[in-house]
Amino acid sequence: MEAFSVVDNRHEYAREWKKRTGGPVVGVLCSYVPEELIYAAGALPVRVLGSHEPQDVAEPHIFSMFCPFSRDVLAQGLTGKYDYLDGMVHGLSCIHMRQAFDSWQVHVPTPYSYFFPMPAHLQSPHAHKHLEFEILEFKRSLEEWTGKAITDTALDEAIEVYNRNRRLMKQVYELRKGDPPLLSGVDAMEMVLASLFMDKKEHNPALERWSGEITQRRNTIEPGIRLMVLGSENDDREVLRLMESLGANVVIDDHCTGSRYFWNEVLPQKDRLSAIASRYIDRPPCPSKDLVERRRFDFVLKLAEDYGVQGAIQIQQKFCDPHEFDIPPLKALFEERDIPSLFLELDVTVPVGVLRTRIEAFLEMMQMEELV
Amino acid sequence: MTQIKRYKSERLACWQQAKELRNKHYRDIWEAKEKGKVLATGGEYSFIPLVAGLGDYEFLGGEPYGATVGTDQNLATECAEAAEARGFARDMCSYMRLYWGSMFLDKSPWGKFVKPDFCLSWHLCESHGKWYQLVSEHMGIPSFVIEIPLGPRTQNRREAQIRYLVAQMEEAIDWMQKVTGRGYDDGLLIEAVSNEIDATAIWAKCCELNKNIPAPLDLKSMFSLYVISSLIRCQPEAADFFRTLYDEVKYRVDNQIAALATERCRLYHDAEPVWHFLQLFRIAEKYGAVVPASFYAFVVGTAFEADENGHWLPAKTMAERGAPLKNRGEALELLATSYVDRPGLWGWMPQQKVTDSLSIYRDWQCDGAILHLNRGCEGLTQGLTEAALALKAAGAPTMVYESNMVDPREFSPTQVVDSLESFLESLGLTKLDD
Repeated sequence: MEAFSVVDNRHEYAREWKKRTGGPVVGVLCSYVPEELIYAAGALPVRVLGSHEPQDVAEPHIFSMFCPFSRDVLAQGLTGKYDYLDGMVHGLSCIHMRQAFDSWQVHVPTPYSYFFPMPAHLQSPHAHKHLEFEILEFKRSLEEWTGKAITDTALDEAIEVYNRNRRLMKQVYELRKGDPPLLSGVDAMEMVLASLFMDKKEHNPALERWSGEITQRRNTIEPGIRLMVLGSENDDREVLRLMESLGANVVIDDHCTGSRYFWNEVLPQKDRLSAIASRYIDRPPCPSKDLVERRRFDFVLKLAEDYGVQGAIQIQQKFCDPHEFDIPPLKALFEERDIPSLFLELDVTVPVGVLRTRIEAFLEMMQMEELV
Repeated sequence: MTQIKRYKSERLACWQQAKELRNKHYRDIWEAKEKGKVLATGGEYSFIPLVAGLGDYEFLGGEPYGATVGTDQNLATECAEAAEARGFARDMCSYMRLYWGSMFLDKSPWGKFVKPDFCLSWHLCESHGKWYQLVSEHMGIPSFVIEIPLGPRTQNRREAQIRYLVAQMEEAIDWMQKVTGRGYDDGLLIEAVSNEIDATAIWAKCCELNKNIPAPLDLKSMFSLYVISSLIRCQPEAADFFRTLYDEVKYRVDNQIAALATERCRLYHDAEPVWHFLQLFRIAEKYGAVVPASFYAFVVGTAFEADENGHWLPAKTMAERGAPLKNRGEALELLATSYVDRPGLWGWMPQQKVTDSLSIYRDWQCDGAILHLNRGCEGLTQGLTEAALALKAAGAPTMVYESNMVDPREFSPTQVVDSLESFLESLGLTKLDD
């Protein structure tokens, strides 16, 4: 897709942005980092995504039973792929990514480094207050690093730019509700991936142009089995391309590199930091934050209903513990609703042949059921 | 022939008492319901003193229970497979899988699995809260989670963390009263907090005495002793036991009574051991190598604090702290502070664990390190690879083995023993005659 082909040149984009604006670039390892603050500090937050290239440098630092994404991320740091970063920030989520961040700090030090202790028990009535404290600490740290105060005006602007981005992407996702959808799952994924590292002031107009084009153009997408993909971090466009090449329409997702990243907005309040805290507490949760009640499942099932999902593919980075907790109960919930589901695991590189066979069999099974 | 120095060595006099306390604990849990006691379950460090305020109670700690199941390899395999048959991945926390399997099969080392009244769990690693989410759903019992806030140490953050913990604990007390319909006695809470502070601090003092040469305690024995602090630390019997133990260990130090008569090499170990193969440490002893220190053992049920230079020192007992606790607020604040100030919990930040490993290695006068890449526990495995690199860089001979603390299907005894013996030989040690 041309609109967001920048995904294939993300390092060049960030380097060029830095040269053009003179601003610092900050690597981000988790969608729970309140990026609005980094943006308000005049820096560009850039989510570190998978390289999908084999590596052999992370193993001395990360246990081989930690997820392939955490090892891929660190390997990219160790091999200098992100040598343009001025800072690194990680938000407390899972142990594997914490290790990747930690080893990055030690072996590829950046001028600025911050661990953002995002609370886990977001359903606790006391979490908001604690998160507000942590957001304030983060703000102070950024101010100390840049030597500039983050003003209310800068925060308001960052919140507005981010909210606009979220709204626009959600509008594009609406276009996937039709049958056939107006855009492919791969295109939707590229759109979100681009927002994860682009300056949103530049991503927003590109989004507006592109969504206009989508609604105007002749839709060449063939109707297919409407799939939801859900699970852990997933930036593997090839897997989605494979699904769609086999006769599926990937119409919705629940990934932190997808809908979970942008689904809800910061609702403006006089106390900006409190408003930001509320947004991160209320967002669709990662399973690691989904305590004590399971609120993620309601979100997932609502998406399945709204987008007319016929089948679900639970796809996760191998060894991803938080998602491993959710997979069996989610499978049961899908079954209760007559939505067949398939479980797949991601590695740094994917065995296309094996995946093709499994996905094909899954889709064929669904087609057979339709005939019956 | 080189003469090997031999210290005097003898069995701990309080060993039998420790054994009885351990056995009694599980008996009490399995008899709790028929005796009208409240029975709660959760992670091992789930602020058990809060439950004490409800009156007579027992607490089934998930990790020690998993370890207990793990000592029976057949039952462990059966339980692990029962969890996997329900779709749960083999790489998840193996304590949890055995607990779940035992629950699914309604089978335990003491007959049927027990049905607790509620779950009250701390949430330190990402498994804790999720573990009891499933227990709550499967057993149809209510659940409450108290999050241990993490983050790099600053004075501001320390205070905020204590406030967050206290607020959650106050809420937990109200919640427990609601779900059990029982009243709440702050006097019992205060007593339990005081007991926990004393038991964990005195046990830390015992561990500190292991800095001495020869070491008065070896790790295999310490694993049998720390569980008392782990399981019943809120009960007066635990603190009493550790007072007795401390006197005995101190006597051993003063009189050069060693855990291992042939001590000539001291090894550091981390993370959890393979619970059904603790004889690994006995194999090291045949070479004259004793294990006096372990990050893991010093975290579990042990109240250490760190000074400004990162040295681990025992926390204060109630008597050393001065005035006794007067009310609920003071009790909760002390309990929260004792968690927040515990360096082992800062070790949940991997680089902090590296720093702590080096500090313990040096302060406990170790000559080599054995690190267990435990497939069953990611919480304690994080930081371990970096610790290995740091220890080697600091000149510490280091061996790494990969296994699983309770899943026997992921333990290869021949491979691990071979690695250990090669490592010991690389340290210049040879097997001593019995």
